[in-house]
Amino acid sequence: MINQWVSHLGRAVRVWLSELGLASRTLFAMLISGLGLWRRPRLITTQIHFIGNYSLVIILVSGLFVGFVLAYQGYYTLNRYGSESALGLLVALSLARELGPVITALLFAGRAGTSLTAEIGLMKAGEQLAAMEMMAVNPLQRVLAPRFIAGLIAMPILATLFTAMGILGGYLVGVQLIGVDEGSFWSQMQGGVDLYEDIGNGVIKSVVFGFAATFIAIYQGYQAQPTPEGVSRATTRTVVLSSLMVLWLDFVLTALMFQ
Amino acid sequence: MNYNGGLLKTQLAVTNLVEINNLHFAYGERPILSDLSMKFPRNKVVAVMGGSGSGKTTILRLIGGLIAPSAGQVLLMDEAIGKPDSAVLYRQRRCMGMLFQHGALFTDLTVFENVAFPLREHTTLPESLLHDLVLLKLNAVGLRNAANLKPSEISGGMARRVALARAIALDPQLIMYDEPFAGLDPISMGVTANLIRQLNDALGLTSILVSHDVHESFAIADYVYFLSEGSIVAQGTPAQMLASEHPYVQQFVQAKPDGPVPFHYPGISLAQDLGLEARHD
Amino acid sequence: MQNKSLDFWVGLFVLLGAAALLFLALRVGNMSSISTGDTYVVTAKFDNIGGLKPRAPVKSAGVVVGRIGAITFDDKTFQASVSMDMDSHYKFPKDSSAKILTSGLLGEQYVGLEPGGDVNLLASGDKIKMTQSAIVLENLISQFLFSKAADGKEGSK
Repeated sequence: MINQWVSHLGRAVRVWLSELGLASRTLFAMLISGLGLWRRPRLITTQIHFIGNYSLVIILVSGLFVGFVLAYQGYYTLNRYGSESALGLLVALSLARELGPVITALLFAGRAGTSLTAEIGLMKAGEQLAAMEMMAVNPLQRVLAPRFIAGLIAMPILATLFTAMGILGGYLVGVQLIGVDEGSFWSQMQGGVDLYEDIGNGVIKSVVFGFAATFIAIYQGYQAQPTPEGVSRATTRTVVLSSLMVLWLDFVLTALMFQ
Repeated sequence: MNYNGGLLKTQLAVTNLVEINNLHFAYGERPILSDLSMKFPRNKVVAVMGGSGSGKTTILRLIGGLIAPSAGQVLLMDEAIGKPDSAVLYRQRRCMGMLFQHGALFTDLTVFENVAFPLREHTTLPESLLHDLVLLKLNAVGLRNAANLKPSEISGGMARRVALARAIALDPQLIMYDEPFAGLDPISMGVTANLIRQLNDALGLTSILVSHDVHESFAIADYVYFLSEGSIVAQGTPAQMLASEHPYVQQFVQAKPDGPVPFHYPGISLAQDLGLEARHD
Repeated sequence: MQNKSLDFWVGLFVLLGAAALLFLALRVGNMSSISTGDTYVVTAKFDNIGGLKPRAPVKSAGVVVGRIGAITFDDKTFQASVSMDMDSHYKFPKDSSAKILTSGLLGEQYVGLEPGGDVNLLASGDKIKMTQSAIVLENLISQFLFSKAADGKEGSK
């Protein structure tokens, strides 16, 4: 009985390791093939449009509302200690260091990630990727790499926009609605938020999240079974894996950056 | 064009554009093709026929280098098909065109852009010349005026014709058709069959046709291979196949419901299943 | 052509991102953490630096006139050696004194510079001779308890 259990475990680990190896190999092949894309920037900008511009609405609106909520909740807690004037600082730090990169990454995985997975999965199902290979065009370079680079560029931009909108939202609710002093809202914020430590680290986080979320989405699509169920399962897996990966990376990066 | 200039010498000397010698292919544990030997002479249309799951499409994928054989060799103009991602394979693929079963057009591009794709990727032709070339290719398949439509706006038969125009865009020497007649109405089938034969003769191509449509394939093929469960059961000209006494060929050609390919899924008999007889396991 | 409008939207997207980053950098963040302009280096030795960290401000009369550069331990004098990057716009007399102060009650620690009366000014590489260490809470409490105990003794005499 124990033998069976151990051999099952061994097999599961072996399968998981070989899948990890395949994913790493695909990642490296894609990155190397992506180097040749500097001659064709159009491919990348087209993808930035689909990944970035089309996510703008959800990111901006979510950022605004997260800012609203932060102001409300923050005011309630700070008020108990007579520190309402620190509301600006609270909103800005929470957004720049954590909520901006993380929530943007989760929304990105849901909106852009699933559309990437579905698109590539359906291209695979329709034999478009095989047709490309038969025409001596490398699908890693032509299809996967531009989308990856576009995601890498779009994510930090989206995260920064989310943070900025959140702070604006916090200002609208905190200062205009609740009545916190406008001067101390901004001055405490400016006094406490460091450009490199807080904003810079937030940007670094969003780049790392973009790397992970975009590659997971692309890879799931590339490996999807070429059937409707296969594509649907792949999109689900994209959301689940990306979200877990982002949250885990957030823990690791936070521990590294903010000691 | 210069890109296959180096192969010109070999090309003139070789009679078989593609040769398959003693090929074995297995997918994991499951053997798909066993000890297969086939020859595809230049400028001929060769049909590979058989039931579903007999391994026909696998042969095309092996020739195209999408998969590698477990044993044996596939030769293109006396040169072995290169490994995946190799420069050799890249060069060889420039001499091939493949028509996938449902066309495999790029759905985000227009018909024009689809046909222009291989030209844009592999040549540096000026835009005006490219424009004319694409229209000529589309004209050859009769779809020049559909150039600005998207694949979602044209019928399946038309999509396949566009895919054909795309496959001949770089003037290949070999062209492979994966079930070109599947799911088409009789008119489209006739058009497609006509196109395959005419293009083959007009452009000096070698065509490999994988199909299970007897009527259309026999009308245009010079030679036929019959496959069943991974090996060749019969081969010859269409006339020879029609006159063949081989039971599998007869069942196939005459569309008989039962024969070497059984109607009933193998297992126990009906009487046993209904409990009328003792089970003989 | 579709490509032209696409380029425009992507350019707009990137511009928006850059604008947001600029907004964060200027209106939200602490810009003075970027060292723009020239600085000259001045060192000072302290018995105890408390919670002083590099890049903490050096203030005089409450205005930021420089930043803490590096903090090292001198194992010859067993004191902390603090180097400060002073803004070149502000010159101080050679006999200025440096104190480690706390902003607010439990806030960040910084160095407060009090000017002396010397005609000569501090130049790059100079040392500040008069320093006062940070107030360590435990020392304060033990001082308080000690003085309380002393009062008690006197009272009972």
